[in-house]
Amino acid sequence: MNILKNENFSNILFFLLVFIFIYFINFFAGSSIFERIIINLFIYIILVVGLQVFMGNSGILSFAHIGFMSIGAYSSGLLSMPIQMKGFVLRDLYPFLENIAFDPILSICIGGIFTAIIAAILTLPLMRLNDAAAVISSFALLMVIHSIVVGWSAVTNGPRTFFGLPKATTLEIAILFSFLTVVFAFIFKNSKFGLLLRASRDNDIAAASIGANIVYLRWFAIIASAFLAGIAGGLWGHFITSFSPKSFYLRETFLVISMIVIGGSFTVTGAIFGVILVTTGYELLRWIEKVIKFNDSITFEFIGLTEIVLSITMIIFLITKPKGLFPFKEIGDTISKIIKKKK
Amino acid sequence: MILQFIVDVLSLGSLYALFALGLVLVYGILKLVNFAYGELVLVIGYSIFLLKGSPFPWFFMASIAILMSIFISICTDYFAFRPVREKSVTAVLITSFAFATLLQNAALLFISPKPKNVPMPSFLSDSVQFLGVITPVRNIISIFVTFVCLIIFYQFMKRSILGLAMRAAATNFNMARMLGIPANLVITTAFAMSGLLAGIAGTLWMSKIANVFPGVGLEPLLIAFIATVIGGMRSVHGAVLGGFILAFVDMSFNYILPQDILKFRDVFTFSIVILILLIRPEGLIKGPATGVRT
Repeated sequence: MNILKNENFSNILFFLLVFIFIYFINFFAGSSIFERIIINLFIYIILVVGLQVFMGNSGILSFAHIGFMSIGAYSSGLLSMPIQMKGFVLRDLYPFLENIAFDPILSICIGGIFTAIIAAILTLPLMRLNDAAAVISSFALLMVIHSIVVGWSAVTNGPRTFFGLPKATTLEIAILFSFLTVVFAFIFKNSKFGLLLRASRDNDIAAASIGANIVYLRWFAIIASAFLAGIAGGLWGHFITSFSPKSFYLRETFLVISMIVIGGSFTVTGAIFGVILVTTGYELLRWIEKVIKFNDSITFEFIGLTEIVLSITMIIFLITKPKGLFPFKEIGDTISKIIKKKK
Repeated sequence: MILQFIVDVLSLGSLYALFALGLVLVYGILKLVNFAYGELVLVIGYSIFLLKGSPFPWFFMASIAILMSIFISICTDYFAFRPVREKSVTAVLITSFAFATLLQNAALLFISPKPKNVPMPSFLSDSVQFLGVITPVRNIISIFVTFVCLIIFYQFMKRSILGLAMRAAATNFNMARMLGIPANLVITTAFAMSGLLAGIAGTLWMSKIANVFPGVGLEPLLIAFIATVIGGMRSVHGAVLGGFILAFVDMSFNYILPQDILKFRDVFTFSIVILILLIRPEGLIKGPATGVRT
């Protein structure tokens, strides 16, 4: 049994079981609000694990991924929107896009590929920057993508809401895509590319001296990572069905970064558990906000509490556990070690 | 027309230069970017707004607001920078980002998500005319205030012991520490001065936009970023120069570009940022020789 000896096997099996477990919880809960939260969770897993593919292996913080997500959401939406809706939502659409209405899943995949191509063109020169310069340039990239999305009203309906997407993202599709993402993230991490990239993360000069071409390694990782962000964007777009450029900006960037930081960006396990923890906390806080609002008949708007708690948690986490909950070891490896010891 | 353009660029540029200078002070010493820097403008705006009902004269309220800005800037050091400073660049970037989000949402939760009017003395928006140029008084005041600030700042950095210590720390932090310069004092001073400069610039900024809302800090932060990247991340002269260049570029776009391309102005300015990072990562003016992070 060759596959059992594979280093990724235990991890992938573990998360397959976790995903199936969550699916069955939802199956027995049978509540539509709960199902919405779970679908959202799996879409975030795709996005954050996608971000981990780049950030975890290269060690460079990226603000641009929410921008990539918006490219995926808008491009897949443009392809899948029914023809009669297009005349209604986007009045100045280019003629060659007017008579296309693909199957949503196909559009999501094309959207991902399109995002990867855009990322490939934009990011190659940026990959030789380090530290603060790399972060500022990714921040600038987010700003550029955001302003283009706001400004290019022919295809994005400008700052107004982009609506009329067919609802296509079911829980099964979200789980399938996020499982494939997790499999890819583990395979990439332990592949030759992943190992070299992680070597460059820990010491770039030493890695370069043994022949790692850091620029191309990072480039390869960010293309893969942007592809996943684009897929997440497409799935999210076909789940929410109407959104505006505001949905892909600093607030969401903050949420995604808090997920990966709390979990630990060096491991896929960390990324996934970060998403689960932050989503749980977020929904709990939103629920508390609602309860307070309805029970005590407070007259003022009660918003922002969630972000306040989240940012305090993040600061505390970075001070006490700067590498997150799962700093180095994947959970599958830990579990299989424990099982072997018992034998 | 040309004179009008020059006055516009100078008044906008003086604001930009002050913002950039405040950011570069911290970056110069710690080699770390302060993402919470823009929120100092938010602090200024809300401080003046909250003092609106008080019987004090406006200048007193503005001074209190600037003191608040200094205080919050020092808080940034204590909460977001000091505990994680030694760990990694990414950690500090994220803590300062989290601190900024904290301040924004505190304003959202405790004050209001809606824009609030910030009282300003009425003479600031009167216009004056000289040599055929019509401009509000506040533009003249911001040019004047900025130049006074810059002169005081340069004299402080050049002649005082603390200024000398800060310049030493910016050049080689470890060596400065070994020679007995108290590191934490220098860093806190840098944050306090950064808060002071952002406070002055923020007050002038408020007189321009006249209202405050939770997202108000983003634009000054971006301005300071772009200006420092253009001018040089480690040089104070570079930051000032970058501020004026950015104002020149922005104003030229405003004068030249047609309306439907003008909405893409940010795309051009941020593309300039990325290009400069690629071609000349150290900006137009190089800072001190060593750029090793400590």
